[in-house]
Amino acid sequence: MSDTDYNFAYLDEQTKRMIRRAILKGVAVPGYQVPFASREMPMPYGWGTGGVQVTAACLTPADRLKVIDQGADDTTNAVSIRKFFEKTAGVAVTERTAEATIIQTRHRIPEVPLTEDQILVYQVPIPEPLRFLEPSEVETRKMHALEDYGLMHVKLYEDISRHGEIATAYAYPVKVEGRYVMDPSPIPKFDNPKLESAALQLFGAGREQRIYAVPPHTRVVSLDFDDYPFDPSKAPHACALCGALDSYLDEVITDDAGGRMFVCSDTDFCASRRGEAA
Amino acid sequence: MMPLLDVRSLTKTYGGRIGCADVSFRLYPGEVLGIVGESGSGKSTLLNCLAGHLLPDAGRVIFDTRAEGPRDVLEMSEPERRMLGRTDWAFVHQNPRDGLRMRISAGGNVGERLMAVGARHYGEIRAQATDWLGRVEIGETRIDDRPSAFSGGMQQRLQIARNLVTGPRLVFMDEPTGGLDVSVQARLLDLIRGLVRRMGLSAIVVTHDLAVVRLLADRLMVMKDGQVIETGLTDQVLDDPQAPYTQLLVSSVLQV
Repeated sequence: MSDTDYNFAYLDEQTKRMIRRAILKGVAVPGYQVPFASREMPMPYGWGTGGVQVTAACLTPADRLKVIDQGADDTTNAVSIRKFFEKTAGVAVTERTAEATIIQTRHRIPEVPLTEDQILVYQVPIPEPLRFLEPSEVETRKMHALEDYGLMHVKLYEDISRHGEIATAYAYPVKVEGRYVMDPSPIPKFDNPKLESAALQLFGAGREQRIYAVPPHTRVVSLDFDDYPFDPSKAPHACALCGALDSYLDEVITDDAGGRMFVCSDTDFCASRRGEAA
Repeated sequence: MMPLLDVRSLTKTYGGRIGCADVSFRLYPGEVLGIVGESGSGKSTLLNCLAGHLLPDAGRVIFDTRAEGPRDVLEMSEPERRMLGRTDWAFVHQNPRDGLRMRISAGGNVGERLMAVGARHYGEIRAQATDWLGRVEIGETRIDDRPSAFSGGMQQRLQIARNLVTGPRLVFMDEPTGGLDVSVQARLLDLIRGLVRRMGLSAIVVTHDLAVVRLLADRLMVMKDGQVIETGLTDQVLDDPQAPYTQLLVSSVLQV
């Protein structure tokens, strides 16, 4: 332990135990939102308090941690969470996806396929996929319990009738193992096919006090219509830095004259491709 | 003939007060039953108990289901009752705001029941929604408008389309013409009467408006203080009322 002022990974052992129980239940019932007693963390809500608590409960001294925010390792949120665990847990950190054992992410899934030895932890702002359709928590819980998901398709219907296509581009609802409809956190729908992964995926929502999980190799289907199938779209360009055609791109404005470029949102993926090319 | 709905000694109390007491009746396929009475007479309590919105204290509600024959609705599990509520049953609220999703387009409102029972083809859902809007006399061009942009009469017709799209066999109506002006009321009644006859629906209509039951209902039940005080054919009850309260009710209608 690097800093004796803190218990390993900041949270006390009882709390981590409580969170692990919630995680185990989440793994046992894929896609089901397990309530847990979320703690105050030394960062504001919306900065990944749920993800941090799940990561803290999963970390062991032998782990190697990677933290990304919108795919990037060097943004404020990613840097501060990485430093947080360096200080409180003293674990090794990395920016290489393949080398990490635990990856905490906000809004992206890494481009490199994950393995069975890895855990992907998502930061979730609003875990309830039905929230903006049905404001009552009592009612949404009942709808999950009774598998009463017609309303989810009403939302997609409204998308098509208004925009001519399913215009939901992120937080695209999925059905897990043919049972629970789940919000995959605000990842772009381009990442939805990657939810069927070899890695364990855990979702933590700190403010809403919910944990849910997608175990390895679980069936995850994006909701759609027979005549409007799910389309994991991305910007129709190649990465301006590494030339990748199959990665999710960020649009970067370069000047005030309309100049712009598209670059990989996954910085590690882009850097390692350029390293290989050089 | 097997009754579609067989109600036996249905009782609902609110603490010491009686909601409805010992109500029994049978409804046969294709029949429209009117329930009339003054405010507070237990009409709406009875209707909500029948439709599964309220849990009665005693009694049985036996519905002749499509798949399994007569079953006691009150003993069904919640998922079964919900399934019934969006396939074989329909509930038309007095206030269309209670029965519609105001922030979703007319087409989405009609399509919701279809999607809830598993329709997953956008084109077919839309075609059915268009067809049903036409049947309730709402223009095809309004399909993507929200109900909040509709007049009261149109909202009520939209609510009816949304309820009938899955081809129910039993429709519960709670004051379907309440709050509408008389000319709109007349058109709505015409429409309901046409749909009921064409689709062979059974319906239970709760109202305090005797003119509505005169037009729609085959049989009539008069309620007072939670009790059924008179039943019979509609014309018989209205033209030759026996119970003193019914006589009062009939003579209270204002003549133009």
